Amino acid sequence: MNTLVEKYIKKESLPYIFCPGCGNGIVLNATIHAIEALGIKEDTACVSGIGCSSWIPPYLNMDVMHTIHGRAIAFAEGLKLSQPKKNIIVFTGDGDCLAIGGNHLLHAAKRNINITVIMVNNYIYGMTGGQKSPTTPIDARTKTSPYGAMDEPIDGCGVAISAGATFCSRWTVGHPNQLKKAIREGITHNGFSFIEVLSPCPVQAGKSIFKERDSWKIIQRIKENAVVTSKWEGGDKEGKMTIGNFKKELKRKEYTEKIQNLKDEIIYKSNGR
Amino acid sequence: MLKQKVIEIHGEKVIQGNEACSEAAIHVGCKFFAGYPITPSTEIIEYMSESLYKNEGMFIQMEDEISAMCAILGARWGGKKSMTATSGPGFTLMQEALGYGIVTETPTVVVNVQRGGPATGQPTFSSQQDVYQAKYGSHGDYEIICITPSSVQEMFDFTIKAFNLSEKYRTPVILLTDEIIGHMRERIIIPDCIEIEEKEYVKRCEEPFGRDDQHIPHAGNFFEGRNILVEGQLHDEKGRRIGHIAQKSGEFIRALTGKIRDNHKDLTDITYKYLEDADIAIIAFGSVVRSAERTVKMAREYGIKAGLIKVNIIWPFPEDEIYRLAGHIKTVIVPEMNMGKYCLEIERCLKKSKVISVPKLGGNIHKPMELFEIIKKEKNLQ
Repeated sequence: MNTLVEKYIKKESLPYIFCPGCGNGIVLNATIHAIEALGIKEDTACVSGIGCSSWIPPYLNMDVMHTIHGRAIAFAEGLKLSQPKKNIIVFTGDGDCLAIGGNHLLHAAKRNINITVIMVNNYIYGMTGGQKSPTTPIDARTKTSPYGAMDEPIDGCGVAISAGATFCSRWTVGHPNQLKKAIREGITHNGFSFIEVLSPCPVQAGKSIFKERDSWKIIQRIKENAVVTSKWEGGDKEGKMTIGNFKKELKRKEYTEKIQNLKDEIIYKSNGR
Repeated sequence: MLKQKVIEIHGEKVIQGNEACSEAAIHVGCKFFAGYPITPSTEIIEYMSESLYKNEGMFIQMEDEISAMCAILGARWGGKKSMTATSGPGFTLMQEALGYGIVTETPTVVVNVQRGGPATGQPTFSSQQDVYQAKYGSHGDYEIICITPSSVQEMFDFTIKAFNLSEKYRTPVILLTDEIIGHMRERIIIPDCIEIEEKEYVKRCEEPFGRDDQHIPHAGNFFEGRNILVEGQLHDEKGRRIGHIAQKSGEFIRALTGKIRDNHKDLTDITYKYLEDADIAIIAFGSVVRSAERTVKMAREYGIKAGLIKVNIIWPFPEDEIYRLAGHIKTVIVPEMNMGKYCLEIERCLKKSKVISVPKLGGNIHKPMELFEIIKKEKNLQ
């Protein structure tokens, strides 16, 4: 067995809950490589919400919180504030992060708190059986949009950037090396990091959106429909979805660091009195 | 195990109920507060925003009550004692995450300074309408510990008790108070020494959710190299989901509720007065106790053998103790600032007595004379 697998995966929890062809395995792989490269396994905790992508961390041989729908970022903020020196990685999905948990994304980004959010976007509610999600393309026929989705999809990276995220990347599972690097950078970045991963769901999105059951073909379609840009200039370019490392801002101070400075100041003042 | 802690600045002072609660939390070692402002609990979040940073703690004002409840659970797994405070609508929003705290057996304290409901209801008026929400608010089968202070002194003392019980039983504890107690200013005595529950646990324990003989799971925190999986689905001793296995799920729920049900003796806290010869008694909790006590004294002066039973921990329901104390008393009066809720439990328990529910709606507390009139009527002393 691969030594990384032995180190990071709880063998007794296997097999995975994921369907064949799911993109979650690639995200898990990229995250494990990033954590291993940084050598931070003992100092890292993972938090996830509800949905397919939120089943990524429970298999990890690490400290993990598998929480309630939409609130992973809120749990992560509490954990981070209680242990400001540790790394917190949040796994979430398009529904978990942008629908029910949208408010928490906005405010965590606004605070610039040092957590890394990995949002796996498969364009659909997979676990409940293929209903419309906030990123489902317009006109797509899903179980809850049988006449076609009426509303425009939302761009997670656009939301995160405009709310104040200081690190933002988007890649597809067809870019495993770039993804690995982005996750590594996101973890080391001192501030709120948002990484979106475009991922195939051959079972649900394959049925209703891509009309294609072959995972690899869906990945190719996602890749073909994406264009790499080096900085954020909006969610699409020439009708294609932008991907790449969009933003890395170092000027804004990180939230827990601000609190620490404030605490030092308060204690200094009270001692001086 | 309870450990002593000396409080340097102790003695008498006059403070508000919400302040007493906050001050007690700091003394008992609360190091994390997340909240969202809501009347009439706001003084607590204000107090904590100023004092936690000075006391090696962390404070955050969250975007809503849902995230506040989530954040305090996250912080507790980071190893910090945590608390939040809210009222009516906020308490409703917290219920899902409160259920997560119960199923993951996370110690924390939730203060609900009750106001009138439903919905926006009566933001500035008092009520006791949330007694059932405190017990049954989240979905599914569970048991909860719910403490009801009836004075500013008890706001201080019971906040400490709430933290200690949450650590001992590894469960969220509800401090169910109301606007009257929260906003009242009274003389209290800050003791020179308090007792704090500090659980000893096996650092390298392989089964963080394995239980001792009282069904209480082993404690633990993140970042101790234990690789803890905190899982919201029903789970086994290692945190792995068992929600798809009927037998194991049933056993889990039995243990989760058992740790409170089987320890009901330890969780019984009732104070009583003038019960020795009483043939009529008032059973009350929270702010209403104040009126009830005055009423009982008036009745005694009048020559009526009236007694008072004050329930300090309302959930789990102290069935055995209430029966022991009042099972033989002919008439029992249950005044509450709601449409008559807790009296249903009393009726269930005291089948031989005549149980009179005295609901009070609108936001005002029962006046002692109102209750005294009921006693007189029962005694045919008009």
